[in-house]
Amino acid sequence: MNKMTLKTEGDRYIVVTRHFAAPPEAVYRAHTEPALVQKWLLGPEGWTMPVCQLDPRPGGKVRYEWANSTGQGFYLTAEFIELEPPRRIVHVERMHLPDPTPDNYVETTFEPAGEGTLMTMRMTLPDAEVRKQMLATGMEHGMEASYVRLENEIFAVRV
Amino acid sequence: MPSLDSAFSALSDPTRRAILARLALGETTVMELAKPFAMSQPAISRHLRVLENAGLIVRRVEGAKHPCRLADQGLKEIDQWLEMLRTALSRNYDRLDQLLAEMKSKGEESQ
Repeated sequence: MNKMTLKTEGDRYIVVTRHFAAPPEAVYRAHTEPALVQKWLLGPEGWTMPVCQLDPRPGGKVRYEWANSTGQGFYLTAEFIELEPPRRIVHVERMHLPDPTPDNYVETTFEPAGEGTLMTMRMTLPDAEVRKQMLATGMEHGMEASYVRLENEIFAVRV
Repeated sequence: MPSLDSAFSALSDPTRRAILARLALGETTVMELAKPFAMSQPAISRHLRVLENAGLIVRRVEGAKHPCRLADQGLKEIDQWLEMLRTALSRNYDRLDQLLAEMKSKGEESQ
């Protein structure tokens, strides 16, 4: 039920869906209140978000800074474009690695589904060069685990 | 650069994943590939065509044989990135589940 799906749409977009056992109002709050965002938007194991600033109104700015125990870090800036509480958020973001990646337009919707919420997030797929940078910067912590899983899922299938 | 979409849908099929698993051990002919599957060679060939069009495998001609092997680059590049993203997002949303449960129990306490 809670399982996440991640699909590519053509060569340009990625669509992620996820069900949450809470109403859209709560899921929307968790995406727009800094004290809440700071608790979950951390990426792979081992990272914290010491700086979490966001101003949830059209044109409002966002700045997230992540750090890990070895002192590495990177940050993201974004601007909100449209907000329709509690149903929809449109924003544009870029990571600073430290050079900024191209703008990524992201649309996130929260629909009531049973007792909970179906979240759908549609984002722009970065090009090969940016993917390489993102892999090289700061994401190493999650990589080992994902390699292992990739091997288990794809390469170690018993035939 | 093969289409990311076709690579992803090619990977969604369990038989094709098993074929990739077999090819990870080394170059293999269609006949050898078909053996462990309860499938005809034409059926296996159809799967191979999907994998080839997605840029995940490469076939060469050697007489009447067409040995297949993994196309390392296509597979690694796309999958590394998508797996990195999937890992990061899965961890985030598992944490968000916990947070939503905490928010709910706090809301109930204060009522």
